[in-house]
Amino acid sequence: MKSIITIAKRELTGYFASPVAFVFIVIFLILSGFFSFMVGGFFERGQASLESFFAWHPWLYLFLVPAVGMRMWSEERRLGTIELLLTMPVTPWQAIVGKFIASWAVVALALVLTFPMWITVNYLGNPDNGVILAGYVGSFLMGGAYLSITAMTSAMTRNQVVAFIVSVVLSLFLILAGYPPVTNMLVSWAKPWIVEAIASFSVMTHFEGLQKGVLDSRDILYFLSVIGFSLFSTSVIVRTHRAG
Amino acid sequence: MIQVRNLKKTFGPKVAVSGISFEVKKGEVLGFLGPNGAGKSTTMRMVTGFIPPTDGEAIIGGFNIVENPIEAKRLMGYLPENAPSYADMTVLGFLNFAAELRGLSGAAQKSAVGRAVEMCFLENVLHQSVETLSKGYRHRTCFAQSIIHDPEVLILDEPTDGLDPNQKHEVRTLIRKMGETKAIIFSTHILEEVEAVCSRAIIIDRGTIVANGTPAELKCRSVSAGAISLRIASGNAREIASKLDGISSVDRTTIVSESPVAIRVFPRKNVSNNDFARALSEAAFKEQWPLLELHTEEGRLDEVFRNITLPDTKASNK
Repeated sequence: MKSIITIAKRELTGYFASPVAFVFIVIFLILSGFFSFMVGGFFERGQASLESFFAWHPWLYLFLVPAVGMRMWSEERRLGTIELLLTMPVTPWQAIVGKFIASWAVVALALVLTFPMWITVNYLGNPDNGVILAGYVGSFLMGGAYLSITAMTSAMTRNQVVAFIVSVVLSLFLILAGYPPVTNMLVSWAKPWIVEAIASFSVMTHFEGLQKGVLDSRDILYFLSVIGFSLFSTSVIVRTHRAG
Repeated sequence: MIQVRNLKKTFGPKVAVSGISFEVKKGEVLGFLGPNGAGKSTTMRMVTGFIPPTDGEAIIGGFNIVENPIEAKRLMGYLPENAPSYADMTVLGFLNFAAELRGLSGAAQKSAVGRAVEMCFLENVLHQSVETLSKGYRHRTCFAQSIIHDPEVLILDEPTDGLDPNQKHEVRTLIRKMGETKAIIFSTHILEEVEAVCSRAIIIDRGTIVANGTPAELKCRSVSAGAISLRIASGNAREIASKLDGISSVDRTTIVSESPVAIRVFPRKNVSNNDFARALSEAAFKEQWPLLELHTEEGRLDEVFRNITLPDTKASNK
Protein backbone atom coordinates (compact mmCIF):
# COMPACT_ATOMS: atom_id res chain seq x y z
CA MET A 1 0.00 0.00 0.00
CA LYS A 2 2.82 2.37 0.89
CA SER A 3 4.53 1.68 -2.41
CA ILE A 4 1.31 2.46 -4.27
CA ILE A 5 1.09 5.82 -2.53
CA THR A 6 4.77 6.57 -3.21
CA ILE A 7 4.33 5.80 -6.89
CA ALA A 8 1.07 7.76 -7.10
CA LYS A 9 2.74 10.74 -5.44
CA ARG A 10 5.59 10.64 -7.93
CA GLU A 11 3.21 10.44 -10.85
CA LEU A 12 1.23 13.40 -9.58
CA THR A 13 4.36 15.52 -9.23
CA GLY A 14 5.21 14.41 -12.76
CA TYR A 15 1.83 15.61 -14.01
CA PHE A 16 2.21 18.99 -12.40
CA ALA A 17 5.91 19.42 -13.21
CA SER A 18 5.04 19.13 -16.88
CA PRO A 19 2.17 21.16 -18.33
CA VAL A 20 0.06 18.02 -18.96
CA ALA A 21 -2.22 18.39 -15.94
CA PHE A 22 -2.67 22.15 -16.35
CA VAL A 23 -3.40 21.90 -20.05
CA PHE A 24 -5.89 19.12 -19.45
CA ILE A 25 -7.69 20.91 -16.65
CA VAL A 26 -7.85 24.28 -18.39
CA ILE A 27 -8.99 22.85 -21.70
CA PHE A 28 -11.52 20.61 -20.00
CA LEU A 29 -12.96 23.58 -18.09
CA ILE A 30 -13.11 25.82 -21.16
CA LEU A 31 -14.63 23.18 -23.41
CA SER A 32 -17.12 21.88 -20.88
CA GLY A 33 -18.26 25.48 -20.28
CA PHE A 34 -18.40 26.21 -23.98
CA PHE A 35 -20.39 23.11 -24.85
CA SER A 36 -22.90 23.37 -22.03
CA PHE A 37 -23.58 27.07 -22.48
CA MET A 38 -23.18 27.66 -26.21
CA VAL A 39 -23.97 24.32 -27.82
CA GLY A 40 -25.94 22.51 -25.14
CA GLY A 41 -28.29 25.45 -24.54
CA PHE A 42 -27.88 25.65 -20.78
CA PHE A 43 -30.02 28.79 -20.46
CA GLU A 44 -32.49 28.03 -23.25
CA ARG A 45 -33.61 24.84 -21.50
CA GLY A 46 -34.98 26.85 -18.64
CA GLN A 47 -34.23 23.95 -16.29
CA ALA A 48 -32.18 23.98 -13.15
CA SER A 49 -30.08 20.94 -14.09
CA LEU A 50 -26.60 20.13 -15.30
CA GLU A 51 -27.85 17.81 -18.03
CA SER A 52 -26.40 19.95 -20.80
CA PHE A 53 -23.10 19.92 -18.91
CA PHE A 54 -22.78 16.17 -18.34
CA ALA A 55 -24.09 15.21 -21.79
CA TRP A 56 -20.82 16.36 -23.33
CA HIS A 57 -18.53 14.51 -21.01
CA PRO A 58 -18.30 11.24 -22.98
CA TRP A 59 -17.13 13.23 -26.00
CA LEU A 60 -14.80 15.56 -24.14
CA TYR A 61 -13.19 12.64 -22.35
CA LEU A 62 -12.77 10.84 -25.63
CA PHE A 63 -9.87 13.15 -26.54
CA LEU A 64 -8.80 14.63 -23.26
CA VAL A 65 -8.48 11.53 -21.08
CA PRO A 66 -6.19 9.61 -23.47
CA ALA A 67 -4.06 12.76 -23.58
CA VAL A 68 -3.66 12.56 -19.81
CA GLY A 69 -3.01 8.84 -19.69
CA MET A 70 -0.88 8.27 -22.78
CA ARG A 71 2.39 8.97 -20.98
CA MET A 72 1.62 6.59 -18.13
CA TRP A 73 3.71 3.67 -19.38
CA SER A 74 5.03 4.75 -22.77
CA GLU A 75 7.09 7.48 -21.13
CA GLU A 76 8.59 4.93 -18.75
CA ARG A 77 9.51 2.81 -21.71
CA ARG A 78 10.96 5.68 -23.69
CA LEU A 79 13.11 6.94 -20.82
CA GLY A 80 14.04 3.43 -19.72
CA THR A 81 12.83 4.16 -16.21
CA ILE A 82 10.53 1.14 -16.43
CA GLU A 83 13.69 -0.89 -15.81
CA LEU A 84 14.33 1.11 -12.67
CA LEU A 85 10.75 0.92 -11.45
CA LEU A 86 10.31 -2.80 -11.99
CA THR A 87 13.62 -3.72 -10.35
CA MET A 88 12.58 -1.87 -7.19
CA PRO A 89 10.94 -4.05 -4.56
CA VAL A 90 7.45 -3.36 -5.88
CA THR A 91 5.10 -5.63 -7.78
CA PRO A 92 3.99 -4.60 -11.28
CA TRP A 93 0.47 -4.48 -9.88
CA GLN A 94 1.43 -1.85 -7.29
CA ALA A 95 3.04 0.25 -10.00
CA ILE A 96 0.00 -0.06 -12.25
CA VAL A 97 -2.46 0.88 -9.53
CA GLY A 98 -0.31 3.74 -8.25
CA LYS A 99 0.01 5.26 -11.70
CA PHE A 100 -3.66 4.80 -12.42
CA ILE A 101 -4.75 6.43 -9.18
CA ALA A 102 -2.54 9.45 -9.87
CA SER A 103 -3.96 10.10 -13.30
CA TRP A 104 -7.48 9.47 -12.05
CA ALA A 105 -6.85 12.11 -9.41
CA VAL A 106 -6.03 14.60 -12.17
CA VAL A 107 -9.39 13.84 -13.79
CA ALA A 108 -11.08 14.16 -10.39
CA LEU A 109 -9.43 17.52 -9.82
CA ALA A 110 -10.70 18.77 -13.18
CA LEU A 111 -14.21 17.65 -12.23
CA VAL A 112 -14.00 19.33 -8.83
CA LEU A 113 -12.94 22.56 -10.51
CA THR A 114 -16.22 22.64 -12.44
CA PHE A 115 -17.91 23.62 -9.16
CA PRO A 116 -18.87 27.08 -10.54
CA MET A 117 -21.38 25.23 -12.75
CA TRP A 118 -22.93 23.75 -9.67
CA ILE A 119 -22.99 27.12 -7.94
CA THR A 120 -24.58 28.69 -11.01
CA VAL A 121 -27.50 26.26 -11.20
CA ASN A 122 -28.04 26.52 -7.48
CA TYR A 123 -28.05 30.29 -7.73
CA LEU A 124 -30.43 30.35 -10.67
CA GLY A 125 -32.89 27.74 -9.46
CA ASN A 126 -33.46 24.75 -7.24
CA PRO A 127 -31.83 21.78 -8.92
CA ASP A 128 -31.95 18.26 -7.54
CA ASN A 129 -28.47 18.09 -6.02
CA GLY A 130 -28.72 14.31 -5.71
CA VAL A 131 -29.01 14.03 -9.48
CA ILE A 132 -26.02 16.33 -9.89
CA LEU A 133 -23.98 14.24 -7.47
CA ALA A 134 -24.89 11.08 -9.37
CA GLY A 135 -23.82 12.83 -12.56
CA TYR A 136 -20.46 13.66 -11.04
CA VAL A 137 -20.01 10.10 -9.81
CA GLY A 138 -20.89 8.80 -13.27
CA SER A 139 -18.53 11.21 -14.96
CA PHE A 140 -15.72 10.29 -12.58
CA LEU A 141 -16.24 6.58 -13.20
CA MET A 142 -16.41 7.10 -16.94
CA GLY A 143 -13.16 9.06 -16.83
CA GLY A 144 -11.61 6.16 -14.92
CA ALA A 145 -12.81 3.69 -17.53
CA TYR A 146 -11.27 5.69 -20.39
CA LEU A 147 -8.12 6.14 -18.37
CA SER A 148 -7.74 2.43 -17.70
CA ILE A 149 -8.03 1.78 -21.43
CA THR A 150 -5.35 4.37 -22.04
CA ALA A 151 -3.16 2.72 -19.40
CA MET A 152 -3.45 -0.51 -21.34
CA THR A 153 -2.59 1.02 -24.73
CA SER A 154 0.24 3.03 -23.26
CA ALA A 155 1.78 -0.13 -21.82
CA MET A 156 1.95 -1.56 -25.34
CA THR A 157 4.18 1.06 -26.92
CA ARG A 158 6.95 3.52 -26.21
CA ASN A 159 5.29 5.99 -28.53
CA GLN A 160 2.79 8.28 -26.85
CA VAL A 161 1.06 9.20 -30.11
CA VAL A 162 0.32 5.57 -30.87
CA ALA A 163 -0.98 5.08 -27.34
CA PHE A 164 -3.20 8.14 -27.75
CA ILE A 165 -4.69 7.12 -31.09
CA VAL A 166 -5.34 3.51 -30.13
CA SER A 167 -7.06 4.48 -26.92
CA VAL A 168 -9.19 7.11 -28.69
CA VAL A 169 -10.32 4.44 -31.14
CA LEU A 170 -11.11 1.94 -28.36
CA SER A 171 -12.96 4.56 -26.36
CA LEU A 172 -14.82 5.71 -29.44
CA PHE A 173 -16.03 2.15 -29.90
CA LEU A 174 -17.29 2.14 -26.31
CA ILE A 175 -19.22 5.34 -27.02
CA LEU A 176 -20.60 4.42 -30.43
CA ALA A 177 -21.85 1.00 -29.36
CA GLY A 178 -24.59 2.76 -27.43
CA TYR A 179 -24.87 6.05 -29.30
CA PRO A 180 -28.49 6.43 -30.48
CA PRO A 181 -27.69 7.20 -34.17
CA VAL A 182 -25.60 4.03 -34.33
CA THR A 183 -28.00 1.81 -32.41
CA ASN A 184 -30.89 3.07 -34.55
CA MET A 185 -28.97 2.02 -37.63
CA LEU A 186 -28.21 -1.39 -36.15
CA VAL A 187 -31.86 -2.00 -35.28
CA SER A 188 -32.78 -2.02 -38.96
CA TRP A 189 -30.84 -5.21 -39.67
CA ALA A 190 -29.99 -6.92 -36.38
CA LYS A 191 -32.23 -8.57 -33.83
CA PRO A 192 -33.14 -6.29 -30.90
CA TRP A 193 -31.37 -8.46 -28.33
CA ILE A 194 -28.14 -8.25 -30.31
CA VAL A 195 -28.41 -4.47 -30.45
CA GLU A 196 -29.11 -4.38 -26.75
CA ALA A 197 -26.18 -6.65 -25.99
CA ILE A 198 -23.85 -4.44 -28.00
CA ALA A 199 -25.27 -1.30 -26.42
CA SER A 200 -24.73 -2.73 -22.96
CA PHE A 201 -20.99 -2.58 -23.66
CA SER A 202 -21.23 1.14 -24.20
CA VAL A 203 -20.33 3.83 -21.72
CA MET A 204 -23.25 5.88 -23.10
CA THR A 205 -25.86 3.40 -21.92
CA HIS A 206 -24.41 3.29 -18.42
CA PHE A 207 -23.56 6.94 -18.12
CA GLU A 208 -27.08 7.97 -19.11
CA GLY A 209 -28.63 6.31 -16.09
CA LEU A 210 -26.18 7.92 -13.68
CA GLN A 211 -26.62 11.26 -15.38
CA LYS A 212 -30.36 11.07 -14.74
CA GLY A 213 -29.68 10.52 -11.06
CA VAL A 214 -30.14 6.76 -10.91
CA LEU A 215 -27.26 5.23 -8.97
CA ASP A 216 -27.80 1.75 -10.40
CA SER A 217 -25.32 -0.79 -9.06
CA ARG A 218 -25.15 -2.39 -12.53
CA ASP A 219 -23.91 0.84 -14.07
CA ILE A 220 -21.34 1.32 -11.36
CA LEU A 221 -20.31 -2.31 -11.71
CA TYR A 222 -19.95 -1.82 -15.46
CA PHE A 223 -17.45 1.01 -15.07
CA LEU A 224 -15.57 -0.78 -12.33
CA SER A 225 -15.31 -3.92 -14.42
CA VAL A 226 -14.01 -1.97 -17.43
CA ILE A 227 -11.36 -0.51 -15.14
CA GLY A 228 -10.58 -3.89 -13.60
CA PHE A 229 -10.33 -5.65 -16.93
CA SER A 230 -8.16 -2.96 -18.54
CA LEU A 231 -5.79 -2.78 -15.61
CA PHE A 232 -5.52 -6.55 -15.57
CA SER A 233 -4.63 -6.48 -19.27
CA THR A 234 -2.12 -3.76 -18.49
CA SER A 235 -0.43 -6.00 -15.94
CA VAL A 236 -0.27 -8.86 -18.44
CA ILE A 237 1.28 -6.54 -21.04
CA VAL A 238 3.76 -5.05 -18.58
CA ARG A 239 4.82 -8.50 -17.39
CA THR A 240 5.29 -10.09 -20.79
CA HIS A 241 6.65 -7.13 -22.70
CA ARG A 242 9.08 -5.43 -20.38
CA ALA A 243 12.11 -4.73 -22.44
CA GLY A 244 11.90 -2.76 -25.68
CA MET B 1 25.43 -13.71 -2.42
CA ILE B 2 24.69 -14.08 -6.12
CA GLN B 3 24.32 -17.50 -7.65
CA VAL B 4 23.48 -17.81 -11.29
CA ARG B 5 22.82 -21.25 -12.69
CA ASN B 6 22.51 -22.03 -16.33
CA LEU B 7 20.69 -18.81 -17.17
CA LYS B 8 19.20 -18.73 -20.66
CA LYS B 9 17.27 -16.16 -22.62
CA THR B 10 15.88 -16.39 -26.10
CA PHE B 11 13.97 -13.69 -27.94
CA GLY B 12 12.01 -15.64 -30.51
CA PRO B 13 14.57 -17.54 -32.57
CA LYS B 14 17.44 -15.35 -31.35
CA VAL B 15 19.46 -16.72 -28.47
CA ALA B 16 20.70 -13.82 -26.37
CA VAL B 17 22.14 -15.76 -23.46
CA SER B 18 22.73 -19.50 -23.64
CA GLY B 19 23.41 -21.06 -20.29
CA ILE B 20 25.50 -18.80 -18.09
CA SER B 21 26.52 -19.87 -14.59
CA PHE B 22 28.65 -18.01 -12.09
CA GLU B 23 28.78 -17.01 -8.47
CA VAL B 24 29.72 -13.82 -6.68
CA LYS B 25 30.56 -13.82 -2.98
CA LYS B 26 30.51 -10.99 -0.52
CA GLY B 27 33.64 -8.86 -0.92
CA GLU B 28 34.00 -9.71 -4.58
CA VAL B 29 33.80 -7.38 -7.55
CA LEU B 30 33.00 -9.27 -10.70
CA GLY B 31 33.73 -7.56 -14.01
CA PHE B 32 31.57 -8.44 -16.99
CA LEU B 33 33.39 -8.05 -20.27
CA GLY B 34 32.30 -8.71 -23.77
CA PRO B 35 31.74 -7.13 -27.15
CA ASN B 36 28.51 -5.24 -27.81
CA GLY B 37 25.53 -7.54 -28.05
CA ALA B 38 27.30 -10.37 -26.23
CA GLY B 39 24.50 -10.69 -23.69
CA LYS B 40 25.90 -8.70 -20.78
CA SER B 41 22.90 -6.45 -20.30
CA THR B 42 20.43 -9.28 -20.87
CA THR B 43 22.14 -11.33 -18.16
CA MET B 44 22.05 -8.41 -15.76
CA ARG B 45 18.40 -7.77 -16.53
CA MET B 46 17.59 -11.36 -15.70
CA VAL B 47 19.58 -11.27 -12.47
CA THR B 48 17.80 -8.08 -11.37
CA GLY B 49 14.41 -9.53 -12.23
CA PHE B 50 13.55 -7.08 -14.98
CA ILE B 51 13.07 -9.79 -17.56
CA PRO B 52 12.25 -13.38 -16.73
CA PRO B 53 14.79 -16.00 -17.85
CA THR B 54 13.76 -18.56 -20.43
CA ASP B 55 15.53 -21.18 -18.35
CA GLY B 56 17.84 -21.44 -15.36
CA GLU B 57 17.74 -19.45 -12.16
CA ALA B 58 19.33 -16.55 -10.33
CA ILE B 59 19.48 -16.57 -6.55
CA ILE B 60 20.20 -13.40 -4.61
CA GLY B 61 21.06 -13.87 -0.94
CA GLY B 62 19.06 -17.08 -0.86
CA PHE B 63 16.01 -15.70 -2.67
CA ASN B 64 15.13 -16.87 -6.15
CA ILE B 65 14.51 -13.80 -8.30
CA VAL B 66 11.54 -15.41 -10.04
CA GLU B 67 9.89 -17.02 -7.03
CA ASN B 68 10.59 -14.37 -4.37
CA PRO B 69 11.16 -11.25 -6.45
CA ILE B 70 10.37 -8.70 -3.74
CA GLU B 71 12.75 -10.18 -1.15
CA ALA B 72 15.50 -10.60 -3.73
CA LYS B 73 15.06 -7.08 -5.11
CA ARG B 74 15.23 -5.64 -1.63
CA LEU B 75 18.82 -6.85 -1.30
CA MET B 76 19.85 -5.40 -4.60
CA GLY B 77 20.81 -2.04 -6.04
CA TYR B 78 20.74 -1.69 -9.80
CA LEU B 79 22.14 0.84 -12.20
CA PRO B 80 20.62 0.06 -15.60
CA GLU B 81 22.43 0.76 -18.85
CA ASN B 82 22.25 4.45 -19.86
CA ALA B 83 21.32 5.36 -16.28
CA PRO B 84 17.65 6.24 -16.75
CA SER B 85 15.93 8.64 -14.36
CA TYR B 86 12.72 10.65 -14.30
CA ALA B 87 13.54 13.77 -16.28
CA ASP B 88 10.89 15.94 -14.64
CA MET B 89 12.06 15.35 -11.06
CA THR B 90 14.71 17.16 -9.07
CA VAL B 91 17.72 15.13 -7.96
CA LEU B 92 16.54 15.29 -4.37
CA GLY B 93 12.98 14.35 -5.31
CA PHE B 94 14.22 11.41 -7.33
CA LEU B 95 16.44 10.12 -4.54
CA ASN B 96 13.65 10.51 -2.00
CA PHE B 97 11.34 8.59 -4.29
CA ALA B 98 13.87 5.76 -4.58
CA ALA B 99 14.43 5.75 -0.82
CA GLU B 100 10.70 5.56 -0.13
CA LEU B 101 10.24 2.68 -2.54
CA ARG B 102 13.08 0.97 -0.69
CA GLY B 103 10.99 1.25 2.44
CA LEU B 104 12.98 4.03 4.11
CA SER B 105 11.20 6.85 5.90
CA GLY B 106 11.78 9.70 8.33
CA ALA B 107 15.27 10.16 9.73
CA ALA B 108 16.57 6.94 8.13
CA GLN B 109 15.48 8.18 4.72
CA LYS B 110 17.08 11.55 5.27
CA SER B 111 20.42 10.12 6.32
CA ALA B 112 20.36 7.55 3.48
CA VAL B 113 19.75 10.27 0.89
CA GLY B 114 22.43 12.45 2.48
CA ARG B 115 24.96 9.62 2.39
CA ALA B 116 24.23 8.76 -1.25
CA VAL B 117 24.45 12.44 -2.22
CA GLU B 118 27.80 12.73 -0.52
CA MET B 119 29.21 9.56 -2.04
CA CYS B 120 28.18 10.58 -5.55
CA PHE B 121 29.13 14.27 -5.23
CA LEU B 122 25.65 15.60 -5.98
CA GLU B 123 25.46 18.42 -3.42
CA ASN B 124 25.59 21.16 -6.04
CA VAL B 125 22.66 19.94 -8.12
CA LEU B 126 20.23 18.70 -5.46
CA HIS B 127 17.43 21.07 -6.43
CA GLN B 128 17.98 20.99 -10.16
CA SER B 129 15.66 18.93 -12.30
CA VAL B 130 17.28 15.88 -13.83
CA GLU B 131 16.69 16.94 -17.44
CA THR B 132 18.83 20.07 -16.99
CA LEU B 133 21.83 18.06 -15.79
CA SER B 134 24.88 17.05 -17.78
CA LYS B 135 25.30 13.40 -18.62
CA GLY B 136 27.85 12.83 -15.87
CA TYR B 137 25.55 14.21 -13.19
CA ARG B 138 22.59 12.27 -14.53
CA HIS B 139 24.67 9.15 -14.43
CA ARG B 140 25.72 9.76 -10.87
CA THR B 141 22.13 10.53 -9.86
CA CYS B 142 21.08 7.12 -11.06
CA PHE B 143 24.11 5.59 -9.40
CA ALA B 144 23.15 7.28 -6.12
CA GLN B 145 19.72 5.71 -6.46
CA SER B 146 21.26 2.25 -6.65
CA ILE B 147 23.24 2.59 -3.42
CA ILE B 148 20.66 4.52 -1.44
CA HIS B 149 19.61 1.58 0.73
CA ASP B 150 23.19 0.38 1.19
CA PRO B 151 22.44 -2.90 -0.58
CA GLU B 152 24.41 -6.08 -0.11
CA VAL B 153 24.33 -6.75 -3.83
CA LEU B 154 25.08 -4.15 -6.43
CA ILE B 155 24.58 -4.61 -10.14
CA LEU B 156 25.99 -1.90 -12.35
CA ASP B 157 25.56 -1.87 -16.11
CA GLU B 158 28.38 0.26 -17.53
CA PRO B 159 28.70 2.53 -14.51
CA THR B 160 31.47 4.67 -16.01
CA ASP B 161 29.96 5.11 -19.46
CA GLY B 162 29.90 8.76 -20.49
CA LEU B 163 31.88 10.07 -17.55
CA ASP B 164 34.98 12.22 -17.86
CA PRO B 165 38.32 10.76 -16.68
CA ASN B 166 38.09 12.32 -13.22
CA GLN B 167 34.56 11.08 -12.68
CA LYS B 168 35.56 7.66 -13.96
CA HIS B 169 38.30 7.59 -11.40
CA GLU B 170 35.90 8.60 -8.62
CA VAL B 171 33.37 5.97 -9.56
CA ARG B 172 36.04 3.27 -9.74
CA THR B 173 37.35 4.22 -6.33
CA LEU B 174 33.80 4.07 -5.04
CA ILE B 175 33.16 0.65 -6.52
CA ARG B 176 36.43 -0.72 -5.16
CA LYS B 177 35.66 0.63 -1.72
CA MET B 178 32.14 -0.77 -1.70
CA GLY B 179 33.39 -4.05 -3.10
CA GLU B 180 35.07 -4.79 0.22
CA THR B 181 31.72 -5.36 1.91
CA LYS B 182 29.31 -6.09 -0.93
CA ALA B 183 28.89 -8.44 -3.83
CA ILE B 184 29.19 -6.37 -7.00
CA ILE B 185 28.74 -7.18 -10.65
CA PHE B 186 29.60 -4.54 -13.18
CA SER B 187 29.90 -4.53 -16.92
CA THR B 188 32.28 -2.43 -18.93
CA HIS B 189 34.04 -2.07 -22.25
CA ILE B 190 37.06 -0.51 -20.65
CA LEU B 191 39.69 -3.12 -19.94
CA GLU B 192 41.89 -1.03 -17.69
CA GLU B 193 38.84 -0.66 -15.48
CA VAL B 194 38.72 -4.38 -14.94
CA GLU B 195 42.34 -4.39 -13.82
CA ALA B 196 41.76 -1.42 -11.56
CA VAL B 197 38.59 -2.57 -9.86
CA CYS B 198 37.71 -6.24 -10.26
CA SER B 199 38.70 -9.14 -8.13
CA ARG B 200 37.44 -11.42 -10.89
CA ALA B 201 36.42 -11.02 -14.50
CA ILE B 202 34.18 -12.93 -16.85
CA ILE B 203 34.34 -12.52 -20.60
CA ILE B 204 31.06 -13.19 -22.36
CA ASP B 205 30.76 -13.70 -26.06
CA ARG B 206 27.62 -14.54 -27.97
CA GLY B 207 25.74 -15.54 -24.88
CA THR B 208 28.31 -17.83 -23.27
CA ILE B 209 31.15 -17.39 -20.83
CA VAL B 210 34.43 -17.76 -22.70
CA ALA B 211 36.80 -16.85 -19.87
CA ASN B 212 36.53 -16.61 -16.11
CA GLY B 213 39.31 -15.71 -13.71
CA THR B 214 41.17 -12.98 -11.86
CA PRO B 215 42.51 -10.20 -14.08
CA ALA B 216 46.02 -11.59 -13.54
CA GLU B 217 44.97 -15.10 -14.60
CA LEU B 218 43.30 -13.75 -17.68
CA LYS B 219 46.36 -11.75 -18.59
CA CYS B 220 48.44 -14.94 -18.43
CA ARG B 221 46.41 -16.23 -21.35
CA SER B 222 47.83 -13.44 -23.43
CA VAL B 223 50.38 -14.44 -26.10
CA SER B 224 52.94 -12.00 -24.79
CA ALA B 225 52.60 -13.12 -21.17
CA GLY B 226 55.95 -14.37 -19.84
CA ALA B 227 57.98 -12.94 -22.71
CA ILE B 228 60.89 -10.70 -21.85
CA SER B 229 61.50 -7.39 -23.56
CA LEU B 230 65.04 -6.13 -23.96
CA ARG B 231 66.09 -2.62 -24.80
CA ILE B 232 69.67 -2.18 -25.90
CA ALA B 233 71.39 1.16 -26.54
CA SER B 234 73.24 0.23 -29.70
CA GLY B 235 74.10 -2.68 -31.96
CA ASN B 236 72.64 -4.61 -34.85
CA ALA B 237 69.18 -5.86 -33.96
CA ARG B 238 69.32 -8.88 -36.30
CA GLU B 239 72.69 -10.01 -35.01
CA ILE B 240 71.54 -9.72 -31.42
CA ALA B 241 68.34 -11.54 -32.19
CA SER B 242 70.13 -14.44 -33.84
CA LYS B 243 72.49 -14.72 -30.87
CA LEU B 244 69.49 -14.76 -28.53
CA ASP B 245 67.88 -17.47 -30.64
CA GLY B 246 70.92 -19.59 -29.92
CA ILE B 247 70.19 -19.68 -26.18
CA SER B 248 68.65 -23.03 -25.22
CA SER B 249 65.70 -21.63 -23.24
CA VAL B 250 64.64 -19.23 -26.02
CA ASP B 251 61.75 -20.32 -28.19
CA ARG B 252 61.71 -17.39 -30.62
CA THR B 253 62.41 -13.67 -30.83
CA THR B 254 60.66 -10.76 -32.45
CA ILE B 255 62.31 -7.47 -33.23
CA VAL B 256 60.10 -4.66 -32.03
CA SER B 257 62.34 -1.89 -33.31
CA GLU B 258 65.79 -1.72 -34.97
CA SER B 259 67.12 1.44 -33.41
CA PRO B 260 67.12 1.78 -30.57
CA VAL B 261 67.16 -1.99 -30.43
CA ALA B 262 64.09 -3.47 -28.82
CA ILE B 263 63.57 -7.22 -28.92
CA ARG B 264 60.91 -9.41 -27.41
CA VAL B 265 62.09 -12.90 -26.47
CA PHE B 266 59.65 -15.75 -25.87
CA PRO B 267 60.63 -18.62 -23.57
CA ARG B 268 60.28 -22.31 -24.34
CA LYS B 269 57.63 -24.16 -22.44
CA ASN B 270 58.42 -25.20 -18.85
CA VAL B 271 61.15 -22.59 -18.46
CA SER B 272 60.68 -20.67 -15.23
CA ASN B 273 60.63 -16.92 -15.50
CA ASN B 274 63.63 -16.50 -13.20
CA ASP B 275 65.82 -18.95 -15.14
CA PHE B 276 64.80 -17.33 -18.38
CA ALA B 277 65.62 -13.80 -17.19
CA ARG B 278 68.94 -15.00 -15.80
CA ALA B 279 69.88 -16.69 -19.07
CA LEU B 280 69.16 -13.50 -21.00
CA SER B 281 71.04 -11.21 -18.64
CA GLU B 282 74.04 -13.53 -18.64
CA ALA B 283 74.05 -13.49 -22.44
CA ALA B 284 73.89 -9.71 -22.45
CA PHE B 285 76.80 -9.54 -20.01
CA LYS B 286 78.89 -12.01 -22.02
CA GLU B 287 78.29 -10.24 -25.31
CA GLN B 288 78.70 -6.83 -23.63
CA TRP B 289 75.49 -5.43 -25.08
CA PRO B 290 74.74 -2.02 -23.59
CA LEU B 291 71.55 -3.22 -21.91
CA LEU B 292 69.09 -0.45 -20.94
CA GLU B 293 66.11 -2.44 -19.84
CA LEU B 294 65.00 -6.02 -19.30
CA HIS B 295 61.46 -6.69 -18.17
CA THR B 296 58.93 -9.49 -18.13
CA GLU B 297 55.64 -8.89 -19.95
CA GLU B 298 52.59 -9.48 -17.76
CA GLY B 299 50.40 -9.98 -20.72
CA ARG B 300 47.71 -7.63 -21.80
CA LEU B 301 44.02 -7.91 -21.18
CA ASP B 302 43.03 -6.31 -24.47
CA GLU B 303 45.12 -8.92 -26.27
CA VAL B 304 43.31 -11.70 -24.43
CA PHE B 305 39.98 -10.05 -25.07
CA ARG B 306 40.67 -9.75 -28.78
CA ASN B 307 42.00 -13.28 -29.09
CA ILE B 308 38.99 -14.75 -27.37
CA THR B 309 36.23 -12.73 -28.94
CA LEU B 310 37.49 -11.61 -32.33
CA PRO B 311 37.39 -14.88 -34.30
CA ASP B 312 33.84 -15.35 -33.16
CA THR B 313 32.66 -11.91 -34.12
CA LYS B 314 34.24 -12.34 -37.53
CA ALA B 315 32.51 -15.66 -37.97
CA SER B 316 29.15 -14.28 -36.98
CA ASN B 317 29.48 -11.38 -39.39
CA LYS B 318 29.82 -13.70 -42.36
